[in-house]
Amino acid sequence: MRLGCLVGLTLATGLALAACGDSNTPEVAKEEAIKIAVAGPLTGKDAAFGAQLKNGAVQGVEDINAAGGILGKKLELSIEDDNADPKQGVSIANKMAGEGVKFVIGHFNSGVSIPSSDVYNENGMLMVSPASTNPTFTDRGLWNVFRVCGRDDQQGTVAGQYIAHNLADQKVAIVHDKTTYGKGLADETKKALNEAGIQEVLYEGINSGEKDFSALIAKMKEAGAQLVYFGGVHTEAGLIARQMRDQGLNATLMSGDGIATDEFASIAGPAAEGTLMTFAPDPRKREEAAGALKKFEEKGITPEAYTLYSYAVAQIFKQAAEAAKSTEPKKVADQMRSGQTFNTVIGDIAFNDKGDVNRLDYTMYTWKKVDGDRISYVEN
Amino acid sequence: MDYFVQQLLNGLTLGSVYGLIAIGYTMVYGIIGMINFAHGDVFMVSVFIGLILFLLITSLFGGLAIALALIIVLVAAMALTALWSWTIERVAYRPLRGSFRLAPLISAIGMSIFLVNFVQLVQGPRNKSIPPIIDGSFTLPMIDGNVTVAYKQLLIMGTTVVLLTAFWFIVQKTSLGRAQRACEQDRKMAALLGINVDRTISLTFVMGAALAAVAGVLYLVQYGVVSFADGFVPGVKAFTAAVLGGIGSLPGAVIGGLLIGLIEVLWSAYFSIDYKDVAAFSILAITLIFMPSGILGKPDVEKV
Repeated sequence: MRLGCLVGLTLATGLALAACGDSNTPEVAKEEAIKIAVAGPLTGKDAAFGAQLKNGAVQGVEDINAAGGILGKKLELSIEDDNADPKQGVSIANKMAGEGVKFVIGHFNSGVSIPSSDVYNENGMLMVSPASTNPTFTDRGLWNVFRVCGRDDQQGTVAGQYIAHNLADQKVAIVHDKTTYGKGLADETKKALNEAGIQEVLYEGINSGEKDFSALIAKMKEAGAQLVYFGGVHTEAGLIARQMRDQGLNATLMSGDGIATDEFASIAGPAAEGTLMTFAPDPRKREEAAGALKKFEEKGITPEAYTLYSYAVAQIFKQAAEAAKSTEPKKVADQMRSGQTFNTVIGDIAFNDKGDVNRLDYTMYTWKKVDGDRISYVEN
Repeated sequence: MDYFVQQLLNGLTLGSVYGLIAIGYTMVYGIIGMINFAHGDVFMVSVFIGLILFLLITSLFGGLAIALALIIVLVAAMALTALWSWTIERVAYRPLRGSFRLAPLISAIGMSIFLVNFVQLVQGPRNKSIPPIIDGSFTLPMIDGNVTVAYKQLLIMGTTVVLLTAFWFIVQKTSLGRAQRACEQDRKMAALLGINVDRTISLTFVMGAALAAVAGVLYLVQYGVVSFADGFVPGVKAFTAAVLGGIGSLPGAVIGGLLIGLIEVLWSAYFSIDYKDVAAFSILAITLIFMPSGILGKPDVEKV
């Protein structure tokens, strides 16, 4: 009896909440607004990057609305969480399509961006990823797919050539996290290394989400690895660095844009020092970024890594829509492919036919101590 | 040889943590025949409790010796995690005890979802980390090379052995343990003979959670990072360990944990790391074909 009562109560609360949810969406008032969304891993292990995407998009949309919106219409931003999971990505993509979202800033993980882009394609939505670097993403030639970051074949080449020029005498182990992004990047680097005549001593895949890499590290130690190239994100990279130190493996870790968050240093601890990383030249140092940086500062947000990229996507939507004199995604996409140069916080950008940016955008960073004991990434 | 010993050491460390969590599954299954799916997440909660306590203690009494701080954290985390588990049992499982067999199982899955989301809400979705607590290692010279033994690996194995002995003693030699074993054999008869069955079951949950908390604090010392989703993988591995060792059997859980840890690590050492989980689960499947109730399990057709 008591149980039945409890169940009834729970159901009633649930219904009441659902009702609240419905009444909170004033559909009439916002009909004129352009619906735009930012989608990324707000929860889960890549949440640090989801926050970057979200912060950039929120600020970008806020600034556009403050300046009068696009073609006189305000932007209405929704924030969607894909949990770094391809299935979840497709599911929120469908949800956004149902809600009438036209423009999407996202996603973060290449493995999520690629399947979601098909849903956007079918529903006539335009997507620009601030951070998905896997070549396949734009190589499929979908009309609605763009990115403002570089590609992993560029990133891998930069990493491979750096090793060939500066660390040619070291034994290299290549490790990836079996994701579209991680394995893709590791393979591109491997290709560049092999072309330069360097053969890796070890090539392994690990499970993303695991914590114990002691077996891998003992294996690398046995193989005599002096440089570990890791394709993946900061959670595993941080743990690998930390456990290498524990086991006394004195090798340098090198990775890509997937570790570009200060969370890497907090996971790795003192072991983060000396890690090498390929990433775009720091957009925070650009003159164009100064205005936006001040606004982030006022809010107490550190605009690290992809934050400004996400901000730039909003700027590109505005400039392309105004040049095309339309907010139709297809027309905006055509305008973006026309070769127009967009002035953004990450510099002047133009897109090629694939939807990639027309510039080679990678340089080498080193993680080292900045102001006292804090470890962060510094351009070489 | 040195490589093998090194990997053996890594496997035993990992297996110790699995074993400690596995005991929670096996004890609860033994006494009420239910698989407590929320146990992996109770473990995750304990890591968070350990993390918060550790940061609190080190910031309040900065000069405290690490060893003392760790002991305080360990004891407090055991107590608080036990409280969580006791509450979960009281709220989610006890009211369903007279119900059909699947009811508490579903309730456990619900509890697991609740814990994950609760921690995500109050602690945020990002990884939380602490600086390395115990750094350093020593080298063990072998015939053909050196083996690096990290102090924390020793700490993990040492703590596991001590606590397992203590809990084994409780179950085998004390009146509480006798009550537990009586409830396991026949709950109704035990009640007729004056054993407070509800209290015994509660204490079983408390003991399982306390050991999960030990695993949690050791996990924190070893890896230093935790996020709200971290209960799942160790939970599944420990559950596998409990099944492999024979669910319901205390030494079985430990043997299962060590085996799973060793298989994972040794497979990674000599074959492709990609397939280590395939290896672990294949061995589980093969074992269950020939020993359906696990390595040390008692055949019990009635309960399954």
